[in-house]
Amino acid sequence: MATETIARPPSPTVTTRPLVESLHEWVTTVDHKRLGILYILYALVFLVFGGVEATIMRIQLIRPHNDFVSPQVFNRMFTMHGTTMIFFVAMPILFGFANYLIPLMIGARDMAFPRLNAFSFWMTAFGGLLLYFSFLGGDGLYGAGNAPDVGWWAYAPLTSPAFSRGHSTDFWTLSLLISGVGSIGTAINIIATVLCMRCPGMTLARMPLFAWLNLVMASLAILAISPLTAAQLMLLIDRYLGGHFFDTQAGGSAVMWMHFFWIFGHPEVYVLVLPAFAFASEIIPVFSRKAIFGYPVMVAATVCIAFIAMSVWAHHMFTVGMGPAANTFFVLSTMAIAVPTGIKVFNWLATMWGGQIHFKTPMLFCIAFLFQFLIAGLTGIMLSAAPFDWQLAHSYFVVAHFHYVILGAIFFTLFGAFYYWFPKMSGRMLNESLGRMHFWLFFIGFHLTFDFMHIPGLLGMPRRIYTYEPGRGWDIWNLIVSIGVLFQAAGVLMFIANLLWSYRRGEVAGSDPWDAWTLEWSTTSPPPSYNFAVIPEVKSRRPLWDLKHPDDPDWRYE
Amino acid sequence: MAGIVDALRTLVTFGVAGVTALATPGQPLSPTNIFAPASTSSQSILELSRLVLLVTAAIFVVVFSLLAYAVVKFRTRRANEWREPAQVYGSTQVELAWTVIPILVVVVLFLATARVIAGIQGAAPPGGAIEVTAIGHQFWWEYRYPSLNVVTANELHIPVSDPAHPTPTFLTLLSADTDHSFWVPRLAGKTDLIPNHPNRMWVDPREPGLYLGQCAQYCGTQHAKMLLRVYVQTRDEFDRWIQEQNRPALISSGVSEGQRIFERTACINCHAVAGTVANGRFGPDLTHLMSRDTIASGAAPNTPENLRRWIQDPSVIKPGSKMPSMGLSDPELNAVTSYLETLH
Repeated sequence: MATETIARPPSPTVTTRPLVESLHEWVTTVDHKRLGILYILYALVFLVFGGVEATIMRIQLIRPHNDFVSPQVFNRMFTMHGTTMIFFVAMPILFGFANYLIPLMIGARDMAFPRLNAFSFWMTAFGGLLLYFSFLGGDGLYGAGNAPDVGWWAYAPLTSPAFSRGHSTDFWTLSLLISGVGSIGTAINIIATVLCMRCPGMTLARMPLFAWLNLVMASLAILAISPLTAAQLMLLIDRYLGGHFFDTQAGGSAVMWMHFFWIFGHPEVYVLVLPAFAFASEIIPVFSRKAIFGYPVMVAATVCIAFIAMSVWAHHMFTVGMGPAANTFFVLSTMAIAVPTGIKVFNWLATMWGGQIHFKTPMLFCIAFLFQFLIAGLTGIMLSAAPFDWQLAHSYFVVAHFHYVILGAIFFTLFGAFYYWFPKMSGRMLNESLGRMHFWLFFIGFHLTFDFMHIPGLLGMPRRIYTYEPGRGWDIWNLIVSIGVLFQAAGVLMFIANLLWSYRRGEVAGSDPWDAWTLEWSTTSPPPSYNFAVIPEVKSRRPLWDLKHPDDPDWRYE
Repeated sequence: MAGIVDALRTLVTFGVAGVTALATPGQPLSPTNIFAPASTSSQSILELSRLVLLVTAAIFVVVFSLLAYAVVKFRTRRANEWREPAQVYGSTQVELAWTVIPILVVVVLFLATARVIAGIQGAAPPGGAIEVTAIGHQFWWEYRYPSLNVVTANELHIPVSDPAHPTPTFLTLLSADTDHSFWVPRLAGKTDLIPNHPNRMWVDPREPGLYLGQCAQYCGTQHAKMLLRVYVQTRDEFDRWIQEQNRPALISSGVSEGQRIFERTACINCHAVAGTVANGRFGPDLTHLMSRDTIASGAAPNTPENLRRWIQDPSVIKPGSKMPSMGLSDPELNAVTSYLETLH
């Protein structure tokens, strides 16, 4: 029965077309797979920009009183690095994978709204271009800066015309406004797709965890990005229409901007980390050769995280002077989120427990993710204790902590996802030896940089300073942190080389190279534009397991 | 590129220095170490952080051991590579255990944290408390002692607080422009200075000495060189300092050439010298400039050469500083510098 429903169509014949024609096809495409790949490629380009900005900062901080760049340039670098990495690397690359994989995983032929999908991608893409155009067009006045230099939180009143002359802040505001519209469009699309486009038999309780986590992520994204977009409009009104929302000299409130920003900013962390959990929840079972442990609890924990995530934002504001009652509330909500997050970690461990762990590159990245996410969570608990945070906030300890989350957790699973799904997207395997080299270089670089970055924070070094005084005991740690960048850069170069090489010469993958269990592996690699010749029908969470083990199918136990 | 070359050259030097520093017992790791508290609030933060570190270390050991054990024990060996392991879908008891135990840990940590928050934020000023208003500016600190009639800049002087007769210093934190943050790690956690949003914090240092810190909230171009210096003095020394600050500036007899230039150029739009026509408030009060160890908010020692260099072009020492270069000629520079050197 299953063999009939999950048909494997033959590979479509590849014909070479003129470049202009194929470019035109990519630009006008509404196919979720092509848009997914566009999102990913676009994000990889911005990853290089963000990486160069980080490298410039680390060269400047390699020793005290260094003069590699001026303070003005340094301030632009950290503003652009943060804005780029969050809005134009992490979000689009995760949306790219969601776009590519969700319809394939739920047995659909496309997203619910293909044209909204294309619209959202191009909004995000032009938002990023607008941000970078500030390097050329930001000078509105003689002597005013070009790229934004207000930090990626853009705290008021630094963004007011009095302190931010020229147009750099306008580029920042408008680019986030535009890409925010794109992100909301994609979030709506993901929700509609997951809720309405599932193939016959795929109840909500039989969806792959990947679809569940992205559904929750998308709901959270709508709730988080709307206030940010509203705040950007208010800032524009302040700057150009004489508004006083954040104009402290006319009775406006700088603290209100902080609330607006962080009610976006903290759920945003979960918007980024839930897709990372989604990758881990697909990769870890396949390379442990076991079903995910505690599927219903994993779903419940995800929903629980999303709810709590909406009530923790002011832990970014413990030093703002909120008073003991508000501080105590946000300590409790922040610590509470550790419980469902811990449940997830234990469930991944239990999935590996008793399995047959295959150390392929995707799994290496996921094991490193578990290790690093554990540490990120524990430093998060330290920061949630408000008095401890009064010492740690705005210091390099915080910078180390959130890079542990964003790089150590999100990007490690993301690299794992590349190695795992690249064969599906391109039809060829990524090279395993280059992959291992990428992993080890990046792993060593990551730990050199971000383990040692905690220490200057504990020794009183604030973030966002373009230089520092000697004699504070910070020198050696900053040097080690900067050296780590070399290894990370080498790792990323290895990765890009691997992508390019394997795309042309990699081993041919076949439709199911990992002996996996979800529906995307039942169609060809790369899938035809219609995904499935016959819409599949499923009876359990692992339809391909049922297919491969007709004697012991999952649906008997679920 | 100069940065890279220099950095490679200093690699070895720093490496040796770093290892030596760590290996030398008794030598302080850093003058801004958060784990070297010198007042009540930083001490209670240290005690809380010890508990938090202990609990998180225990969690790390448990979870990391499980991970390491799983990776080693359940790795694929060649012989059974193609055999699928037994499929386990979950277990209610185990799930319950790793839900309830973390909840208990959270409750303990939360209660301990709530107690410290109430202890620090709920403290009321006792009778002997000193009141200081700290105002953050781009990129320097203004300190006002309202009941003692003293205005100074960048170097905060406060008395030691004896636990038997506590004389803590309560700071009212204001901002004249953007957000700043007052952070002297050995004395207290940081509190932000936000325009239109007055904040309070307090410190009660037990030992005299110089405590360092710096602005911890990004406030604009020169956020990095907005350094904090807190001079904790014995009660007698502090009273003497207050007395000296209360005097008008000691200006040598007659109006010097330097003073004339100072008062004729734009200097007095921003700077004040008590007892003269200079009464600007945008920049630091210079009445007792020579009583300070540093200039430019701690960015340079207060020497005649630095002072001259600063007046000539502030952006050499502090690019992005709000003080403009006045374009003075060499003789004018010398005259103004000598005038400022008389402001004891």
